[in-house]
Amino acid sequence: MSGDIFLLLVQDGLTTGAIYLLLAVGLLLVFSVTRVIFIPQGDFVAYGTLSFAALLANRVPGTLWLLDGLALLSALISLRHARLVGWRGFALRLGPPAALTAASLLLLRFWPAPLPLGIVAVGIVAALGPLVYRFAFAPISRSPLLALLIVAMAVHYVLIGLGLIFFGPEAASTPAFTDASVGFAGEQISGQSLCVYAAAAVLVAALRWAFGRTLYGRALRAAASNALGAKLVGIDEGTTGRLAFLLAAALGGFAGILIGAVTPIGYDTGFILGLKGFVAAIIGGLASYPLAAAGALVVGIAESFADFWASAYRDVIVFTLIIPVLVWLSLRRPGVEDG
Amino acid sequence: MSARKLLPPLLAVIALAIPYLVPAYALTLLAYVGMAALVALGLVLLTGIAGQTSFGQAAFVGIAAYTSAYLAKVQGVSPFLGLPAGLLGTGVVAWLLGLITSRLSGHYLALASVAWGISFPYLFATIGPLGGFNGMADIPTLSAFGHRLTDPHAWLYLIWAVLLASVWLARNLLDGRRGRAIRALAGGRTMADSLGIDTARLSRTVFVLAALAAGLSGWLFAHYQLFINPSPFSLDAGIEYLFMVIVGGVAWLWGAVVGAGVVVVLRDQLNDLLPRLIGQPGNYETIVFAIVVIVVLQRAPAGLWPMLRRLASPAPPARPGVAVALPHRGAPAGSAPALELSGVTRRFGGLVAASGIGFAVYPGEIVALIGPNGAGKTTVFNLISGALAPDEGRIQVFGADVAGLPARDVARRGVARTFQHVRLLPERSVLENIALGAHERGRSGLLAALLRLDRAEERRLLAEAARQAARVGLAARLMEPAGSLPLGQQRIVEIARALAADPRLLLLDEPAAGLRLQEKAQLAVLLQGLRAEGMAVLLVEHDMDFVMNLADRVVVMDFGQTIAEGLPAVVQSDEAVLEAYLGGIE
Repeated sequence: MSGDIFLLLVQDGLTTGAIYLLLAVGLLLVFSVTRVIFIPQGDFVAYGTLSFAALLANRVPGTLWLLDGLALLSALISLRHARLVGWRGFALRLGPPAALTAASLLLLRFWPAPLPLGIVAVGIVAALGPLVYRFAFAPISRSPLLALLIVAMAVHYVLIGLGLIFFGPEAASTPAFTDASVGFAGEQISGQSLCVYAAAAVLVAALRWAFGRTLYGRALRAAASNALGAKLVGIDEGTTGRLAFLLAAALGGFAGILIGAVTPIGYDTGFILGLKGFVAAIIGGLASYPLAAAGALVVGIAESFADFWASAYRDVIVFTLIIPVLVWLSLRRPGVEDG
Repeated sequence: MSARKLLPPLLAVIALAIPYLVPAYALTLLAYVGMAALVALGLVLLTGIAGQTSFGQAAFVGIAAYTSAYLAKVQGVSPFLGLPAGLLGTGVVAWLLGLITSRLSGHYLALASVAWGISFPYLFATIGPLGGFNGMADIPTLSAFGHRLTDPHAWLYLIWAVLLASVWLARNLLDGRRGRAIRALAGGRTMADSLGIDTARLSRTVFVLAALAAGLSGWLFAHYQLFINPSPFSLDAGIEYLFMVIVGGVAWLWGAVVGAGVVVVLRDQLNDLLPRLIGQPGNYETIVFAIVVIVVLQRAPAGLWPMLRRLASPAPPARPGVAVALPHRGAPAGSAPALELSGVTRRFGGLVAASGIGFAVYPGEIVALIGPNGAGKTTVFNLISGALAPDEGRIQVFGADVAGLPARDVARRGVARTFQHVRLLPERSVLENIALGAHERGRSGLLAALLRLDRAEERRLLAEAARQAARVGLAARLMEPAGSLPLGQQRIVEIARALAADPRLLLLDEPAAGLRLQEKAQLAVLLQGLRAEGMAVLLVEHDMDFVMNLADRVVVMDFGQTIAEGLPAVVQSDEAVLEAYLGGIE
């Protein structure tokens, strides 16, 4: 293998690795706060790409109607205890979907440019996150981990089924942020790759800041490290759960916009992407953000080399990566009590 | 003859007639229900009973199907030799996967199962001799004595006979000491470990058995359908098997059959209907299944079978009869200490939970370990019982070093414990919970359990459990679910479970908490009786009246250190102890 190809593969691997990193962060966040193994994370990636592509093609994406429908349903159900929810509660439930609907319709009519449409697409996907939590997971938040995991798997099937209805079977691509490329140490690095690196770095830094400095960020950390303790000091389980799902879905949707420019995404491609995020998160023992980030880059690079040498076995090779990690985990913590 | 006795033969006759009463189309559907139910049966064992789950069971179906199909078609081997070969292949793969995951929590197994659920169909599609994505056609059917099995009625009998035999085997397995241990796996492993059960090995066994059930289904599938390709062995198929189990009733063997029936029939109906409604082709029935699974888990997590079962008002289980007593461990020889700690230290990060702890307990002696909350008493308990390993120091049980040994090895030396936070199987009867303690006193093998050859031993185990229940005063509540008892009584169940293990050293963590005055007096009498028999007892307790009247010696801990040790009366007037409890006298 020549040095050129080597560097090209590394660059490719780092680009997809950066996207897996965003997914791994979302997965870890959701798992630590709600104990949910968030299998549908990858479907939010596909929803991100496909919603964006639909908007660019001057179509209202079906995900928007799904969002409106779920939000309306949630508001209707909360009418039963309207006193408890209050005006602010209704505004929170209906405001964002209404704003996103208005924004999409107006933008499509007056300003169909990639940047605002991309923001709306991420917004739609992000707003779906808390609703998925509300309907699928909040009612059983105290169930055993396995029940949550099975519900997560079921939610994944609902989402890909709806994805097929909304977007049809064809894969879609989204435009790159830039066509430019930069010379670096005698190699050409594509501008899109640099955008992906920068976006991932900025998001991770922003999340780090938010977890350390903001009230809600600290509440999330508290809920993650000790759920009962957090409840006792007045942190609401439902709020942290919805927030975790909001952030994870936003990360997923954003990853969708980034990856749509690199590779075509269909309604059912998200699952495999999400799983690769999982491989990264498992490398981090489902607990450590830095290890998961390193894991994501390893997964990305391993994938790009596997693709080069044995493309038929690419996914098999990537999933096999978790086996040594599981062996290590099983040797490191014998006799540890089950979650 | 009563109606109840006439019912089973009547049902059997109807069942045997079914293949000739239904249209040909339903014959096929019923065959697929039977084959799916076999896979689901294994999943019930794994998920509902042992508390682990797998999304990748379809891969095991595929391994057996491809093995037997390849041997029969390409190598010309009889399918009847393909069966053991297919099961062997499935079993070996499952055993290897189990080696990796059996010590991890359930969700790791599930995630790993996604990985192999994706990888195996991929391998089936890329390994040349297996026919790639098109798979293999013209697989030989089963034949015996020159007669080829092609009649769909005969196939239906065969498939359902295999299924019912498998249900029978699984029932036998669960109705015995191994079954109780498998159920104990689901409730966290600390308790099962403390009873000497090899939990990692047991969970591996269950995993392999579940895979073998899937393999059996795969063998039938290959020779029934006569062509195979990778898609029925995909991850999607594996998840559909799990959905069947959830809908049917995850903790019930018959739930597998009900769930397989509902899903296979519903899929058949929706397969035509939904694409027409939606207006484009696609497998939309999975949306329906997925929503049903979410609703079931939210509203009725036990599934359909328990509802059906309630209609039939099943007969209550029989109380255990009389049986020959189990062999007894016998009192230790000589006057060596039952338990001796010296310089035992355990740190959690910067916190020293136990520092240089040293004391001894002799046979025929009750020693109380007391101290304010957070003094490190439970840590010392966990160090002795092997739930934790000490950082420094020696722990000897009957003269043997046990520091750092896993809990089950400590248990096998005659140590039994109870837990501060009760760890019972709340759904199971008091009797079964106590019998779990006697697990290691049984010897019967897996095969004997499957074939119901362990009945004599099982009677002895249950009789022993009933004897221990009577001894602690629970004889009247023997058949009630343990979770229905008041918390104080549940602690007593734990003591009986510990006694059923025939220990020589008993570790009791707050046994009197939640008991009424009279019950405490009964407990004291029981412990005095055990002491008279030569049992060594170490107990942690906060009730000072109870401790001071019962204990021979008292060890006082505070901030992870021993601050006093001696006769109850002496300790009660010790200044350091008064300081620790009352905050000192200014």
